Amino acid sequence: MPVAAPPSPGCGTKSPRADSTASGELLRGQDTRAAGRLFSTVAVIGPPNSGKTTLFNRLTGLRQKVGNFPGVTVEHHIGQIKHETGHTIALIDLPGIYSLSPQTEDERVAMDVLEGRMAGMPRPDAVIVVVDSTHLSRHLVLVAHVIALGVPALVVLNMADELRQQGGDVDVLELARQLGTPVVLASAVNGEGLPAINAFLFSATASPAPLELPVLHDALGCREWALRMGAHASYRRPASPVWTRRLDSVFLHRLWGPVVFLATVVGVFQITFSVGQPLSNAFAALLAAAGARLGNYFGAGLLRSLLLDGIWKGVGSVLVFLPQILLLFLVIGILEDSGYLARAAVIADRTMARAGLNGKCFIPLLSAYACAVPAIMATRTIESKRDRLATILIAPFMTCSARLPVYTMFIAAFVVDRPLLGIFFGTRAAAMLALYVLGFVVAVLTAWVLKASVLKGQDAHFVLEMPPYRRPTLASLGLRLMDRGKAFMYRAGTVILCVTIVLWALTAFPLQHGRPGPLPQSLAARAGRAMEPAIAPLGFNWKIGVGLLTSIAARETIIATLGTLYGADPESRSMDLPSALRHDLSPAAAIALLVFFAFAMQCTSTIAVVRRETNSWKWPALQFAYMTLLAYGAAFLAFHLYP
Amino acid sequence: MQAPSAPLSELKEGARGVLREMNLAPKLTERLMNLGFLPGVEILVAGSGPGGDPRIYRVDGAEIALRAEVARRIVVRLTDRRAEA
Repeated sequence: MPVAAPPSPGCGTKSPRADSTASGELLRGQDTRAAGRLFSTVAVIGPPNSGKTTLFNRLTGLRQKVGNFPGVTVEHHIGQIKHETGHTIALIDLPGIYSLSPQTEDERVAMDVLEGRMAGMPRPDAVIVVVDSTHLSRHLVLVAHVIALGVPALVVLNMADELRQQGGDVDVLELARQLGTPVVLASAVNGEGLPAINAFLFSATASPAPLELPVLHDALGCREWALRMGAHASYRRPASPVWTRRLDSVFLHRLWGPVVFLATVVGVFQITFSVGQPLSNAFAALLAAAGARLGNYFGAGLLRSLLLDGIWKGVGSVLVFLPQILLLFLVIGILEDSGYLARAAVIADRTMARAGLNGKCFIPLLSAYACAVPAIMATRTIESKRDRLATILIAPFMTCSARLPVYTMFIAAFVVDRPLLGIFFGTRAAAMLALYVLGFVVAVLTAWVLKASVLKGQDAHFVLEMPPYRRPTLASLGLRLMDRGKAFMYRAGTVILCVTIVLWALTAFPLQHGRPGPLPQSLAARAGRAMEPAIAPLGFNWKIGVGLLTSIAARETIIATLGTLYGADPESRSMDLPSALRHDLSPAAAIALLVFFAFAMQCTSTIAVVRRETNSWKWPALQFAYMTLLAYGAAFLAFHLYP
Repeated sequence: MQAPSAPLSELKEGARGVLREMNLAPKLTERLMNLGFLPGVEILVAGSGPGGDPRIYRVDGAEIALRAEVARRIVVRLTDRRAEA
């Protein structure tokens, strides 16, 4: 397709013709005139599934920050774009919405930001509206709402590549004339149209003349207007993608659908264990070698003790799980970006409905197997407030990656590996699977009880748009992993490091002759002994007690804690942690500890996120109390019933 | 001649109907309208989850999954009584 872009007075320093690969791009508008003022804040808005986030990532790359709008639970990303002249623009990624009629919280937030009523956020000078060009008439409704605001706007018709592939077409020039704003045909995935978007961002433009608009609150009127706009621009809607139909005939097949679904869930687990475990082991060996080398540079004393026994050992034993976490997010990312996760929600809906939930809860709950924090954040896609709350409350029962270090360590220490089903399934794998099942069963029971009591009600509407199947892009997956990896490192780097240092201090102080004193006289031992009567019924000793205390910061911290405690104990200093544990704990107590960890809400981050998402301390407090009591009771039973 | 009407949930897979009315809560109605469920628009039953619920409806080029409890309250005028694969 030839370049259909007459240079306009408003397209700034860069001629759109400079982009020789762009097809059908356009920057024009009789009302778009240079006004000598550069944009400093630009909002990006678009309906869900319009590729808005991909475009945002494409524009800002890694220069973005996640935050929360004050007072509400809606999240936003703010990114920076720097022009070659040095001018920087802050780009705000608004929540995905279909219209600006302030019905939902997302819509209210978007409206507040656009009208400059959001505290701590400057009013955007301009708006980029990203719509899916393959669903133009449906998405033009949002465009109407944005244009009516009267701020400079750029309409990005995204997914131009799909539009053309599927035989659709649109006359951007005519559409821009009809709308009175610049319009650009773009593809966030392959970069088409990006030069034109940049040209809009770094050009100074005046506000467009108010457009003759339909009655904005009349959905039908809006849609008729949108259809008229489309017709004027000779919009030809693409055929529904052939591949999506073909794949759906398998993935949503009466028989094959559930089979593929189960295979997917099993596959996700298989990958995290058979690929993730060796990766973690290799990383652990690397960290240990580096620690030993590092130790050579320091003489014996307080500093060496702090660095090696405190910081390195503690953080290292948590960092080794980074490969597994990234791997799981990679798998979930592929499922989500490819479009399969929406089909999985449809397949899971009937089953989820039995627990009183809906298919959309499946996506957050599956993510909860990686980490409850993003899972709880992902519950935003659930419209039903009750289902959302129920999902938030049960998500921490799913076996998250932070439990894996604890499970792996204790299973390796206490369960003798014997084959059960050939080489593929042994006793250790069975123990791990049992813990997964345990968490899941309790989650379902809890959901059922919640929905039958506190959260009783009939507002569970399952309305889910099926995106077409797409090939996940490396850039999008990479950014997601980076985002998650950073979040995990941040936790490992701050919360856990702080806890580790405090704990090391507890084990090292009071000092004797300027050096760490013997462990039995340390502050940690005193704290642990003080709580021993409370945990003795579970078979736990004071060291486990200290571990339970520190793991409230984050579950995996117990490994670092026990590592530090046993490392400081002369009796077990020469042993590795599994041997030291076997030496010190009964198998029944080990099982009780695993059960305790399956149920307890030992995670500061989760508590903080639940507070933020429910906007109250009531729910996280109830949840923490419920989960801890359940954990105590179940661990008590496990300890006493163990043969 | 006026074609017969039926709840959307009664349509067979592959059948089509033209939307006449939605007897749903205002919020849900607006949400469905945003997704393309507007009076006069043709809806095709495109597929379903295991056990026939929820089902996927094709509206205006988009595919939306709805449970029977919602589809039951959407009334369509039948345009094509036989499924055409």
